[in-house]
Amino acid sequence: MSANMKILRGGRIIDPKNGRDGLGDFWIRDGNIAVVEDKIPADAEVIDCQGKWVVPGLIDLHVHLREPGQEYKETIESGCLAAAAGGFTAVCCMPNSKPVNDNAAITRAIVDTAKSCAARVYPAGAVSCGSQGENLAEYAEMKEAGIVAVTDDGRPVENSQLMRRALEYADSHDLPVMSHAEDMSLSRNGCMHEGVVSTRLGLRGIPAAAESIMVFRDAALAELTGARLHICHVSAESSVAVIRAARSRGIKITAETAPHYFTLTDEAAVGYDTNAKMNPPLRSEADREAIRAALADGVLDAIATDHAPHSILEKEVEFNRAANGVIGLETALPLTLALVRDGVITPARLVELMSVNPAAIIGVPGGSLAVGAVADVTIIDPERRWRFTETTNHSKSVNSPFWGWELQGRAVMTMLAGRIAYQFND
Amino acid sequence: MQTEYAFRHRHIFGMEQLSSEDILHIIATARSFKEISSRPIKKVPTLRGKTVVNIFFEPSTRTRLSFEIAAKRMSADTFNIAAATSSTTKGETLADTAKNLMAMNPDVLVLRHSSAGAPQLLAKHVGAAVINAGDGAHEHPSQSLLDIMTIMEHKSDLAGLKIAIIGDITHSRVAGSNIRGFTKLGAKVFVAGPKTFIPQGIEKLGALVCREVNEAVAEADVVMALRIQRERDHDSLIPSLREYSRCYGVSAAMLRNARPDAIVMHPGPVNRGVEMNPDVADGPRSVILEQVTNGVAVRMALLYLVAGGQGGQE
Ligand SMILES: [Zn+2]
Repeated sequence: MSANMKILRGGRIIDPKNGRDGLGDFWIRDGNIAVVEDKIPADAEVIDCQGKWVVPGLIDLHVHLREPGQEYKETIESGCLAAAAGGFTAVCCMPNSKPVNDNAAITRAIVDTAKSCAARVYPAGAVSCGSQGENLAEYAEMKEAGIVAVTDDGRPVENSQLMRRALEYADSHDLPVMSHAEDMSLSRNGCMHEGVVSTRLGLRGIPAAAESIMVFRDAALAELTGARLHICHVSAESSVAVIRAARSRGIKITAETAPHYFTLTDEAAVGYDTNAKMNPPLRSEADREAIRAALADGVLDAIATDHAPHSILEKEVEFNRAANGVIGLETALPLTLALVRDGVITPARLVELMSVNPAAIIGVPGGSLAVGAVADVTIIDPERRWRFTETTNHSKSVNSPFWGWELQGRAVMTMLAGRIAYQFND
Repeated sequence: MQTEYAFRHRHIFGMEQLSSEDILHIIATARSFKEISSRPIKKVPTLRGKTVVNIFFEPSTRTRLSFEIAAKRMSADTFNIAAATSSTTKGETLADTAKNLMAMNPDVLVLRHSSAGAPQLLAKHVGAAVINAGDGAHEHPSQSLLDIMTIMEHKSDLAGLKIAIIGDITHSRVAGSNIRGFTKLGAKVFVAGPKTFIPQGIEKLGALVCREVNEAVAEADVVMALRIQRERDHDSLIPSLREYSRCYGVSAAMLRNARPDAIVMHPGPVNRGVEMNPDVADGPRSVILEQVTNGVAVRMALLYLVAGGQGGQE
């Protein structure tokens, strides 16, 4: 038998989709998950996984890879390496590149470039041409080229009629619409959460209502059209309440949040730290607690990073003029592991939030360790302490509020179809 | 307690960083400098050989002049730089400006900027002391200090005073600094204005929010009106200056509820007939001109403390 064999020895296999959570060996043959047999083949590569978790590869629903157009911030290659280092085997990249991914040629270019990279890339196409919010982009052709969803992330769809048409048309092509929910008339010129801290800092605030109003509008349109709606980067308690109510009405709505929303609050902006500036903004402690609770009780389905690389050109400026966004691919897993340590979620729930549900939302393979499936697998050391610095960072950018933090837990090996895409060396 | 007081601030970003002891020390220093301004030869050699650069990214003749006069009376060399904040001048960032400035080897940079936090950003990139001369809607510490000095000349002590601030609290850095400064010295600060002018969580800074302007003014020892920024009209915070003036303009009638010895203040320049009636602005309770005089003295004190005196060394 000359098959290419890898045996992950003695890890905790966490596979909630198949109802499994326990110690065992895990076999990979020719890039696929294989049945565990009694006799270990002589040529098998045995990887010791004692004390580690073996989980389906993590999938990030929301990243900005900046290519084409802003390669000085990130490239598909560097972004995928950061993804692999963070334990992600697949990412869904937002269409706000330059030019915008609003046609099949750009989608194909992204998909082709990604083929040689350390993670799978599933592009999201634009809702409207150029994300201008006027005319629908060509979803069918983009879907043939590889898109898995449509969104005008970064430039919310202001026009309700266009949003309705997008939901209807996307539904015809079996694509979810991802909504960056923001009422721009309320958020305009705002640069952080509106509250005590924005008042203290003298910065223009963005009320939580700017988000939840649009979540409500889009939920109402999803109800009207029967289409699938996914809410991006939920930051506010009021949005959680709207999503909860929408789901109880039977609306097809899913939602994600990002690690910074369940880890930090608007206090992080004190001192005018532009690495604490993102859109939507970091919110109050009550919002943070509501997000954590919603991850546990199921109202929020996924954790996505909203990985948004920027150079110092965009960040070493006055707070109100700084670009929105932070990198997040390499800190998402440790920050979510902190939720496990805090008793907010179980390890199995972590896998649902970071792998099972993201795969289902964009309808891609993964999220499962069933025999026969492609072996996209992440090995996690939940205890390993490490520091997020120049030496550990793989992104081209450094804009993170967690820069320099000592974190606990991380991916130590990321496998793509049984091939090692990333391995952590200390 | 017999601890030796020392002024330890390298930069003056805002009233938030100052203790009541710091504030009183600055005022005491300013008082000693005020006397210089009344001499026939209004100049002392205290800051000879020091360089003060006024960088004003927003037009403000009054504050800039006040800092310039203060620096000249202390014999410092002064330069003024007027810069545009327009984001269209791409590539020219505040950090770039700072690096170019350092070629002049300045001791103190006085910064006026439309962005809150700009002084902190500048300080990260320069070796000089930075004095905030107004940053966005955040703070304007020298204005607050001159207001405190003026109040103290009339009331001796701020502890227990009722001070009413009327106007656009949200967009006013003067209010931002005064709420902090006045409350640190023990005054009770009441703010009033239409709800569109009252920011979220202002109570957490120590202000008491009044629904009715008369509630703020009743039994007040000090009534301060803020300047209405006409260019903000488009933001539809108020329907018209006319209606604002009707409801919130400080008038003699409104002041009848204040204490008989109440003083009236304004950071200037006054929009007469809008936020303050002319009979009040130019009336016997007005201390607006004293505020201007004290402005120079306070700025002399700040320059001295960060550049020449104790605290500027480290
Ligand atoms: Zn977004």
